[in-house]
Amino acid sequence: MNNKQKAVLDLLKEDCRTPLEQMAVMLNMDIEEVAETIDNLERDRIILRYRPVINYDKAEPNMVEAMIEVKVTPQRDFGFDAIAKRITSFEEVRSLYLMSGTYDLLIQVSAPNLKELAQFVSNRLSPLETVTGTSTSFVLKRYKQDGIIFDLPDGDRRLSVTP
Amino acid sequence: MSSRFINPAISAVPPSAIRRFFDIAGTMKDAISLGVGEPDFITPFPVRNSAIDSLLDGETQYTANSGLMPLRQEIALYQKNRFSLEYDPEDEVLVTVGASEAIDIALRALVRPGDEVLIPEPCYISYQACTRFAGGLPVNVPTRAENDFELLALDLEARVTDKSRVLILSYPSNPTGAVMPKERLKAVAEVAMRHDLFVICDEIYSELCYDGFFQHSIASLPGMRERTMVVSGFSKAFAMTGFRLGYLCAPREIVMACSRIHQYTIMCASRQSQVAAYNALKQGRENGYSDVIRMRDSYDRRRRLMHKAFLDMGLDCFEPRGAFYTFPSIKNTGLTSDEFCERLLKEHHVVCVPGNAFGPSGEGHIRCCYATATDKLLEAFEKISDFIKGL
Repeated sequence: MNNKQKAVLDLLKEDCRTPLEQMAVMLNMDIEEVAETIDNLERDRIILRYRPVINYDKAEPNMVEAMIEVKVTPQRDFGFDAIAKRITSFEEVRSLYLMSGTYDLLIQVSAPNLKELAQFVSNRLSPLETVTGTSTSFVLKRYKQDGIIFDLPDGDRRLSVTP
Repeated sequence: MSSRFINPAISAVPPSAIRRFFDIAGTMKDAISLGVGEPDFITPFPVRNSAIDSLLDGETQYTANSGLMPLRQEIALYQKNRFSLEYDPEDEVLVTVGASEAIDIALRALVRPGDEVLIPEPCYISYQACTRFAGGLPVNVPTRAENDFELLALDLEARVTDKSRVLILSYPSNPTGAVMPKERLKAVAEVAMRHDLFVICDEIYSELCYDGFFQHSIASLPGMRERTMVVSGFSKAFAMTGFRLGYLCAPREIVMACSRIHQYTIMCASRQSQVAAYNALKQGRENGYSDVIRMRDSYDRRRRLMHKAFLDMGLDCFEPRGAFYTFPSIKNTGLTSDEFCERLLKEHHVVCVPGNAFGPSGEGHIRCCYATATDKLLEAFEKISDFIKGL
């Protein structure tokens, strides 16, 4: 990425709804140049999508979220990719990572209620041929997500007027 | 009833004019403040952590009066690498409690009763008061918006008398955001040499310059080192205001005189703050000052946003190239700085500082700090714009 792309991305990471005109002022660029930089970021698939950071405790208070550690047997020729591809296709799966350490895959899942989440583990995930074990941990409370701190007590500790 | 015990010289110095706004703003929960004079970043974690480690390691003793030697060495290296100034860490660097203490002890060490101290204004509010505390007479040297608030040699020279002894120079400027190009600095240096003035150069904002501008230190100009003290600190560029740590660098004899006041009054700056400052400089040297640059880039973006917002509101606003303030003129609203700020605060809950708090040349201007979250800035611009439209 070049410096302009980095600068534009910096502003979008902060607020992806920042108007083009405002970004142009802040970065000392033409509006067209900002628009083109964003187009390129999208075309190069550096920016994949623009989505809100949601406080699910308020939006869907009953939603259940869990992290599942999964041990799998890698397959000849495919390694972990084939099983990972299968798991990504489940709509309950929000994120999936290949991990170093004592297990292989980490899945972040969410479901409308506990029962559905349990069914996902027992009926869909565990029966997969190469899955040799799972360990599910439920999310009890969110403190920070994507760099955003939830329920910040008082953002600015500065005095309102200083010399 | 006890006021008769107070030294009249102290009573004669009025309290800071910005105090009143602080009191009003304090009663409003939803006020948006553009009245702060400090970064909106917290000190980078490794620096904070180094102070914690120092405490856990039991480093709770006094340090040398002049400050920890490794810190003084880092300060000397920093001044050399960044500003081409050479000072001996042994006896030409003194670590102080903020740049504020450095200014205070410098004036006390240099000024004799009745000496005149030349102070380009609008300027930081302490210079006048500290001059009076030291028994000197502050002499205002006006700077003007039409000159981008740069100090003109002829304005300085016009106020020099045979009692003039010290010039306080502070660029990038709080409150105007002005910087001082090298050519104008040279002209000022010539005046200083011609009239044998000593220069206290407050360089606390020198890392915060924009558009590729580099603020040369007047101490680096030929013939100036012997008559200049560089005052700086960690509050602004390193986001360490609460640590209260600054320093002064000057020729040996001058530092020794300041050190005498410092050793009897302060003893030494907080050890944990010194450790943190040492790490801020050392890490900065090793990683190309990446934290300073990250914060400066962020200020720069908001600087552009605020400058354009004031122009869009129809206010005259020169483009500041340093510090983190804009200093728009509000003369075309027909209000004084005080009226503008007081009404803006009471009617629209936005805090700005009236320009005249920083000297008579600041009248007709307001100081607005852009070191505040972008969404808060945008909200404040909307309110200021509504206020102006409603006048």
